[in-house]
Amino acid sequence: MLARRIIPCLDVAGGRVVKGVHFESLRDAGDPIEQAARYDAQGADELVFLDISASHEARQTTLDMVGRVAESIFIPFTVGGGIRAVADAGAALRAGADKIAVNTAAVRDPALVSRLAESFGTQCIVAAVDVKQTGGRLAVMVNGGREETPLEAIGWITRLQALGAGEILLTSMDRDGTGAGYDLPLLTAASAAVSIPVIASGGAGELAHLAEAFEAGAHGVLAATIFHFQGSTLPEARAYLRERGYPVRP
Amino acid sequence: MIVVVDYGVNNLKSVVRALAAGGHTAALTTDPDEVRRADHVLLPGVGHFGQASRTLETTGLGAAVREAAVSGRPVMGICLGLQLFFATSSEATEARGLAILPGTVVHFDTGLPVPHVGWAQVDLTAPGGRHAMLARLFDGMPRFFYHVHSYHPTALRDDDVLGTGTYERVFPTLVGRDNVIGAQFHPEKSQRAGIELLDAFARWRP
Repeated sequence: MLARRIIPCLDVAGGRVVKGVHFESLRDAGDPIEQAARYDAQGADELVFLDISASHEARQTTLDMVGRVAESIFIPFTVGGGIRAVADAGAALRAGADKIAVNTAAVRDPALVSRLAESFGTQCIVAAVDVKQTGGRLAVMVNGGREETPLEAIGWITRLQALGAGEILLTSMDRDGTGAGYDLPLLTAASAAVSIPVIASGGAGELAHLAEAFEAGAHGVLAATIFHFQGSTLPEARAYLRERGYPVRP
Repeated sequence: MIVVVDYGVNNLKSVVRALAAGGHTAALTTDPDEVRRADHVLLPGVGHFGQASRTLETTGLGAAVREAAVSGRPVMGICLGLQLFFATSSEATEARGLAILPGTVVHFDTGLPVPHVGWAQVDLTAPGGRHAMLARLFDGMPRFFYHVHSYHPTALRDDDVLGTGTYERVFPTLVGRDNVIGAQFHPEKSQRAGIELLDAFARWRP
C-alpha cells in the first residue's frame, strides 16, 4: 500500500524561497536550504524545488543550490524550472535531484518528454501543468503563467502520459496562493483521465483541503502557503489525515 | 570499515550521507581489494541489470562482493544492488548476476502503473520478525520505505523473504539469508526509517 504524499514546494527566485498569489505578488519565505532541512525533519514525503526565475545565466547558481538542498535531505527531491533539454535534466540529476519537472519546454517540444523518459526512466519525469479557467475552458498556461496556449488541460495531461511522463503536477493558477482550496473538478477530471499519479497543487489553505484533494483522486498534495506562512505543520497534517483514514506515513 | 561499492551508478553519495546521519563513516570504492578488506559491504544501484552485471564482472567488483558474502561478512544490496544478488533477471535474460541468493528477479505483473513508485508499507514476515538486524527496527509495526522499481525478487526460499510490500499482490522487498540482506527500496531516500535501517546494518554482526 502506498502512502498518500504531502509535498512542500519551494518556489525559488534570486536564491530565496518565495510564494505569491496567482503566480504574482511574491513574498519572501526564507532560505531554501534551511526550509528544505526543516521540512525533511518534519517528515515531508518529498520535496519539490521550482526555480521560478530560471534564467539561463542563473543555471549554475541553481544547480549549486540543488546540490546543497540534496545534501540536507533524505527524501525524494524534484527539481524544475528551466529544464529544456536532456542535458539540463542530467545536470539536475547529477546535482542530486531524484526527479525533474518540465512545463513550458514540454509544450514547446512534446518529444522532449519522451527523450527524458528514455534517458532517465518514466519514474524520473514529472510533467508540470499550470491551468487557468479562461473563456469557459481549462487552458494550459506556460512561461510562468504569463502565456496562454491553445492546449486543453485534460487532453494535454493524457498526451503527457502517452509521451512518457511518470506523474502529473497539476497546478490551478486560479487557486494558487489563495488558500481557497484545490480546484476539485479539475483534479477529479485529471485523475480519471490518466493512470499515473496526479499531484494536486494550488489553493491549499487549511488541512481539510488536503483531504478533499485525496478524495478527488490526487495521489499527493503539493502545498506552499499553508506550510510557509499559515502555521500548519506537517505532523499536524499527517495526524489530521490519519484520523480520517487516509494512509499516510507515521 | 563500511565500503559502498562504486560501479558507476548514481545514488551513491546519498547512501554514504544516510550512513553518516546514523553516525557511521563509509567509503566509496571502485577497488575490489578494498571490498575484500571491508567489514561491511554495501552494493547500491539504480539502472539496468544487464549493464550493471557486466560492469561488476569486468571491474572485478562482483567477485569481491561475492567473496565477502561467502566469507560471512555482512553484505547489503539496495534496489538494483539487491537484484544483482540473484543469478538472473527477466530484465536481461542473457546476463548473469552474482548468484549469492537463490531466486530470481521479475517484472511486476500488474494492471497498476509500473514503475511502482512511492512510500510503500513494508511488513516483516515471520522470518523477518526473528531477524537479528530487523526485529528491533520494526518492533512489531509496519514501516514505510521509498520504492522506485519495475522489477522485484521472486521464487525465493520462504525463509529468505524477510519483509513484503503489496502492490496489487504481495512482493518480497526485504530479503536475505545468513550474512546477506537486501532491500528493494531506497533506505537513503526513506528518511528516519531508512537511516535506522542502514544504522542497523552498520551495527549488524551476523
